[in-house]
Amino acid sequence: MTDFLQYLASGIALGGIYALVCLGFVVVYRSTGVLNLAQGGFVMLGAFLTYQFGKTSHLPFFVGMIISIVLMAGVGVLVERTILRHMVARPTLAIIMVTLGLLYVIQPLVTSIWGFDLHLLGDPWGLQTVRAGGVSLPVIEVWSIALSAAILATFFSFFKYTRLGIAMRATAADPEAAAANGISSSTVAGIAWAAAGIVGVVSGVMLTAGNQGVSVDVGDIAFRAFPAMMLGGAESTAGAAVGGLIIGVCEVFTAGYIEPHAPWLGANFHVVLPYVVMIGIMLVRPQGIFGRAKVERV
Amino acid sequence: MTIPAPYRLAFGLLVFAALPFLVKSDFWLSVGVFTGIAAIGAIGLNLLIGYTGQLSLAQPIFLGTGAYVAAHLASSFNLPMPLWIAAAGIAGGILGVLIGILSLRFKEHYLIVISIGVVFLGEHVFVNWRQLSGGLNGLQIALPVALGPIDFAHLSIAGMALTRNQGYFWLTWGLAIVGTWLCANLVRTRPGRAMQAVRDREIAAAIIGIDPVRFKLGAFVVSSVYAAIGGALYAAYSRYVDPNQWNLTLAVQYLAMVVIGGSGTIAGPLVGALFIGAVPAVTDHFASTLHIGSGSSGGVTVFALDQGLFGILIIYFLLREPRGLVSIGESIAARFKRLTAPRAESVSAKKE
Repeated sequence: MTDFLQYLASGIALGGIYALVCLGFVVVYRSTGVLNLAQGGFVMLGAFLTYQFGKTSHLPFFVGMIISIVLMAGVGVLVERTILRHMVARPTLAIIMVTLGLLYVIQPLVTSIWGFDLHLLGDPWGLQTVRAGGVSLPVIEVWSIALSAAILATFFSFFKYTRLGIAMRATAADPEAAAANGISSSTVAGIAWAAAGIVGVVSGVMLTAGNQGVSVDVGDIAFRAFPAMMLGGAESTAGAAVGGLIIGVCEVFTAGYIEPHAPWLGANFHVVLPYVVMIGIMLVRPQGIFGRAKVERV
Repeated sequence: MTIPAPYRLAFGLLVFAALPFLVKSDFWLSVGVFTGIAAIGAIGLNLLIGYTGQLSLAQPIFLGTGAYVAAHLASSFNLPMPLWIAAAGIAGGILGVLIGILSLRFKEHYLIVISIGVVFLGEHVFVNWRQLSGGLNGLQIALPVALGPIDFAHLSIAGMALTRNQGYFWLTWGLAIVGTWLCANLVRTRPGRAMQAVRDREIAAAIIGIDPVRFKLGAFVVSSVYAAIGGALYAAYSRYVDPNQWNLTLAVQYLAMVVIGGSGTIAGPLVGALFIGAVPAVTDHFASTLHIGSGSSGGVTVFALDQGLFGILIIYFLLREPRGLVSIGESIAARFKRLTAPRAESVSAKKE
C-alpha cells in the first residue's frame, strides 16, 4: 500500500511539472493558435540559464532564477517578433515546422555552450526529503506540486477574470473583431510568448533541481507533456492541469508496476505511455477533455 | 527558343547515366545514393502532405517496416530484389491503411501530434521487438540487389568493374525517377485532382462526390509504399540498421525535404532530398577547416552544427521561400526567359 501511495505522490509531483510545461503550450496556443513545439527548448534553456547565473556565476540561486526568467521572457518576445510575426496567415504545417526549426536551433546552442554533461543545479532544496504517512518525497517535489498549483491557478484566473486575459482569448477567437475593439494582437502575442518563456524557466528549474540535474535531455520532457495538453484540451488551462496530472500519475504507476506485471511491454514503456493514453482518449473525444469541439461551417 | 520536352528528357537521362562516371569521389557518390533513397521516401511524403494535405509525421515507422520486412523475408526465403522490394511495399501499404485510419478522425494540429505519437510508439516497438530489429545491437543485413542478370552491387561494363556506389547510384536514382514518373501520372489524372480537392476544401470535395475516406487512405497507402521501399533500399545499401534511427529527427528531415524542396510539386521532393542530404555531407567535409571537434564541454560538434544549420534552414525557407526551392528555380528560369525573349517592336521603329 505504501508503494501505491508513494507512486501516487510522485505521480502528482511529476504531473504538476507536466502541467506547467503544458501551460507553456496552452498560453501560446490559446492566444495565437500556434502549437509551439519549441517549448521543450524553452524549458531546457530556462534550466541552463538558471544554472549559469545561479551556480557558476556564484550569485544567490533565486537571483539567478530571476535573471533567467527575465532573459527567457525576452527570448519569447524575440521569437515572436522576428519569426512568428511573419508567419501569421500561413498554413498550420508551416507554423509548426518553424517552431520545430526553432527547437533544432536551441538544442545545439545549448550543447555548444554547456556541453552534454549532467550538472547539478545548485538549488537550496537539495536532496532533502519529507516523510509523511510512510511516503517519502523529495522536498523539491513538494515544491513542484505547490508551485504548479499556484501558477496554474494564477493563469486560470488571469484568463478568466482579468481584462488582459480576456483580451488574449478574444484575439485567438477572432483577431479582427478583437482589433476592432482596440486589442493589439501583436501585444497579445508578445505577452503570450513571454509567458511561455517564463513558464519554461519555472518548469525547467522544477525538473532539474535536487538530484535530477541539468542536461540536454531535459528538452525531451516537452514531447511527453504534449499528450497531456492534447488530451486535456489544447486551449484549456484546466485541461493542462488535469492532463498533466493524468499523464504524470499514469507514467509513474506504469514505471513502477510494469516490471513485475507486464515486462513484455518493453523497457521504458512509461515513456511512450503518455502517447498511448492520449491516442486512447482522443479517439473517444478528439477535442480533449476540456476542449471545445471545432464546428466547421460550410 | 525553348528546347522541346523529349530532348530535355533525353538530355537529363544522359546526364543521369553519365554521373557515376563523372563523379570520381566515392564519398560524393555515396551521398548521392543516400539522397536517392531519401528522394523515394520524400516523393511519397509529398503526395501525402503536399497533394492530399494530410499532415502526418509518421514516415519513420514505414521506413523501418520496409527495412525489416525486406531484410527478414529476403533472408528467410532467399528472395531476389524485385520480390523483396514488392514485399516491403506491401507491408508498408498495409501499415499505411492502419495508420491512415487515424487521419479520418483527426485533422491538422491533432493529426500532427497523433502522428508524432505514432513515431514514438513505432520507435519503442522497434527497439523492444528484438527478433525483428536486433534490439539495441541493431541488425546486420545482406540483401541481394540483382535485377535479372544485372547485379547493381557488382556491375561491370565492357570489362571495367564499377564500384558498389556507382551501381547503387543508378539503382536508387533510377527507382526515384520511376517513382517520380508514376507520381506525376497519378497527380495529373483524376485521383490526383481528387486528392488536391480533399486538401483544399474537404467538405466541398465531398459534396461533389469525392469520397475523402477513399482518397485519404489511398494517399496514406501510396506514400507508405514509397516509404517502405525507400527503407528497404536503405537497408540494402547501408547493410546495418539500428532501431533508434527510426525516430522523430528522421521524420523532421523528410518533412524538411518536402517543404524546402517545394510542397505539392513534382520536382520538389527530389530537389529537397538533394539539398537536405547534402548539408550533413558538406559540414562533414569542411569540419576540419571550421575547427569543429567531437567535443565535450564547450565545443561545437559536427552534429550540433548539422542540427543548428538544419533548424536555421527550415526557419529561413519557411519565412522567405514558402514555396520551396522549386519556386526559386522557376523564378530564375522565368527571369532567364525574359532576358532571352525576342524584343517587341520598339516605338522608334515605327517612326521610320
